[in-house]
Amino acid sequence: MSAEMKPKKEGLFSKKNRSLLIDPMNANNPITVQVLGICSALAITVKLKPAIVMGLSVIVVTALANVITSLMRNMIPNRIRIIVQLVVVASLVILVDQVLKAYVYDVSKQLSVFVGLIITNCIIMGRIEAFSLGNTPWKSFLDGLGNGAAYGGILIIVAFFRELLGNGTLYDYPVVEWMGLYDLGYKNNGMMLLPPMALIVVALIIWVQRAKTPSLIEKD
Amino acid sequence: MNINSNKYTYIFAVVMVVLVAALLSIAATSLKPLQDKNVELEKKSDILASIGIKGENSDSLFALYIKEQLVIQDGQVVESAISPFDIDMAKAVAMSAATREVPLYKAEVGDETFYVIPLRGKGLWGPIWGFFALKGDGNTILGATFGHSKETPGLGAEIATPIFQDQFPGKVLFTDQYMGIEVRKGNASGDQQVDGISGGTITSVGVQSMISDCLAPYKAYLKSISSESARPEMTETLDSTLITASI
Repeated sequence: MSAEMKPKKEGLFSKKNRSLLIDPMNANNPITVQVLGICSALAITVKLKPAIVMGLSVIVVTALANVITSLMRNMIPNRIRIIVQLVVVASLVILVDQVLKAYVYDVSKQLSVFVGLIITNCIIMGRIEAFSLGNTPWKSFLDGLGNGAAYGGILIIVAFFRELLGNGTLYDYPVVEWMGLYDLGYKNNGMMLLPPMALIVVALIIWVQRAKTPSLIEKD
Repeated sequence: MNINSNKYTYIFAVVMVVLVAALLSIAATSLKPLQDKNVELEKKSDILASIGIKGENSDSLFALYIKEQLVIQDGQVVESAISPFDIDMAKAVAMSAATREVPLYKAEVGDETFYVIPLRGKGLWGPIWGFFALKGDGNTILGATFGHSKETPGLGAEIATPIFQDQFPGKVLFTDQYMGIEVRKGNASGDQQVDGISGGTITSVGVQSMISDCLAPYKAYLKSISSESARPEMTETLDSTLITASI
């Protein structure tokens, strides 16, 4: 998108702005439609808790990184823009990590492994490059929020099935034991905990989503 | 101004790097004391948790229950330049078992004495650690806690859950045949065996070797405690023979 597309005057939540927030949830989902950020979706969806923490931190980082680069968009030299984007994302993540370590140590212990993954997350770089460099801060903020939330949403759905079927728990509560299924001979499926099953669950989500959204189905 | 000229690009890059570096170092240095305090509190609450004490204020509880902190080297209490609490276990385990200096915490709860020893070893993706609390005989395990930095959630990371840790109380560390705890694949029944984590074999094996490696420096000291508690009247002779033997 280019700067010429900037509208003159519109409300904070005009239809266009709302679609920035909502589109990524379905028709333009970063994971299931654009197939970005798959690597971290595999790595951290074994349990719900890290998936939720990861989703939240990605929302914070995409939204802030989008706003910051959007504010600087008319100052950034074109030739080093990718480096500038990387510096913004990396310092944001380091900052977030330091603050968490100092004030909410427990959460930071959950997150520590995944911080590196946030920096390498292609969704963040993709949104900066494709959107915030050509749009106003408010629009970029909505776009970052929407994409981060869409990413987090898919992580939570995948983690829900993997934790429930693979571990018999949800957010560490032993729901399967509580329902008494073990007494009936039910066994956890350990394969759900292995990375390939994350791909299969994502694929099933893509299948359901395409079946329900005709605009996503290819013509041939 | 032409934002794509070479001059502007260089200036922009230099200014950006300096600003970001300053911002990050200010953040890191100003938050450091808080972070160090968190790490210290966590260590204290881990040590307390291994003897079954949990509470909000680890600082005061630690001072209340941990009566003595010793430095052990090759089975004997030694004087050391650094305090036991500040010993960096990561550096300690890199040295050979005979030369490393390791801490031993002596806790008193009611009229019972417990010993807490720290553990540190390798998991699959990174370091794993833990604490063993031993009963007054220096042999029977009262409680065990484990931690890890990046083991796989749901697999290796399960060592930090009660399901794994609750197997340890009541097991013994030393018998004539074996020193340590065997982490087995199924059928763990003996006094020195626990069940490993399915799908977390490398972490489970790491726990086993961590235990035997970290126990080595304490062996002579803990044996002297255990014979002391069994036959108090022979303490002195036993102590001196053990010390000569270990030298």
